[in-house]
Amino acid sequence: MLPTLSIGSFVLQTPGLALLAGVYLAMALIEKDAARLKLNKEHVYNMVFWGLVIGVVGARLAYAARYFSVYLQTPLSLFALNPQTLSPVDGALIGLLAAMVYGWRKALPLRPTLDALTAGLAAFMIAMGLAHLLSGDAFGAPTRLPWGIELWGEVRHPTQVYEIILAVAIFVAVRRWPMGHKGNGLNFLLFVALSAAARLFLEAFRGDSLIWGDGWRAAQVISLGILMAALWLMGRWRNPSPSSESHYEN
Amino acid sequence: MQPGQLSETWQMDRSRWYLLLIIVFLLGGAWTLLSRVSTAETTNGAPPPSPREGFSAPDFTLELLGGGEMSLSELRGQAVMINLWASWCPPCRAEMPAIERVYQDLKDEGLVVLAVNTTFQDSEAAAVEFVAEFGLTFPVLLDRTGAVSNRYQLRGLPSTYFVDREGVIRAVVVGGPMSEGLIRSKVQELLQEAP
Repeated sequence: MLPTLSIGSFVLQTPGLALLAGVYLAMALIEKDAARLKLNKEHVYNMVFWGLVIGVVGARLAYAARYFSVYLQTPLSLFALNPQTLSPVDGALIGLLAAMVYGWRKALPLRPTLDALTAGLAAFMIAMGLAHLLSGDAFGAPTRLPWGIELWGEVRHPTQVYEIILAVAIFVAVRRWPMGHKGNGLNFLLFVALSAAARLFLEAFRGDSLIWGDGWRAAQVISLGILMAALWLMGRWRNPSPSSESHYEN
Repeated sequence: MQPGQLSETWQMDRSRWYLLLIIVFLLGGAWTLLSRVSTAETTNGAPPPSPREGFSAPDFTLELLGGGEMSLSELRGQAVMINLWASWCPPCRAEMPAIERVYQDLKDEGLVVLAVNTTFQDSEAAAVEFVAEFGLTFPVLLDRTGAVSNRYQLRGLPSTYFVDREGVIRAVVVGGPMSEGLIRSKVQELLQEAP
């Protein structure tokens, strides 16, 4: 764990750096796959780029809206370079909506576009695991297993390492053995299903789970729902959609 | 396996696909059921002391600048902002006036600011001068041995910990200077919670 790196009086947030590297790698892969899937790579790249930018701005504005009186007193704080004053869930929703609107306006076909995003998202998940390892977040439950790591005063499951291993395996699976016909969206669904299954499995070893009701781990319940939805949709998307077929005919 | 080969292998009739869905659901459900825990076994329950979000703030007792002692545990029930600083650290100097302003505005609502001077890498005389220069009115504590800085795994100056009324760290900010908006929003979050 190395959450910060001090260089003189300057403090680098290493998890943030890992995420930035993940975004860079993901964007490069998305651009490459968009070209391979005969999509307008500039449009796909811009869709992701604007989704990210508007997501970050939205996350700050949503945070400021929550503490409106504070930001009214010190409006310049809106521009502070501090990730602590972001509302991540709101930002993700706003960014996703912005990307969808952009894709719709540029008439990007849904399923080939989702397939173009797959390898990039899978690479970003590896960076996310690395960021967790550096920050010590997403930590494991106490264990006596020989590979346990000392973290937060106890020997714990190295869940961040498990997370990275599974993310690498998923990346290799969707990159090397993509599922379905070119651009029919099945490879994206495979990524979603595998990621949900990985979380469902890993959550059992986590020490920070949010608990619902009689001991149910919230992330497992949600992951099981996502896994089932992805598998159900895979059955429905087995055949290429008319829009993706016409995309490859043109 | 070649690209697209997987698609050949999974082409199965609808009934076999639904059977797969049922098996996955049963296995996933069984794993979820087996993984159930009590809230006390995760940080959803009682968090152990550790200098990070979601955990109990490690307790300490330190000498006050000007005499006397103060313990963090005495302040249970109040919103506490712990700021580790040094007089030679430029971002510490930059953010201290904002901390003082927020403290002046919100101390009557129950905000306590503990400014822990990392005296082991600073000096008491410099700390006194610093406090006079900025007209600080909140308690300034002296970490002469570095014990508190070690317990809080100090990696960069300034470092700030926002501790709620239950003694749980709700936010950590390493580095600075913090904007006044950041300080106010984090403090307001703590003060809004019922004592």
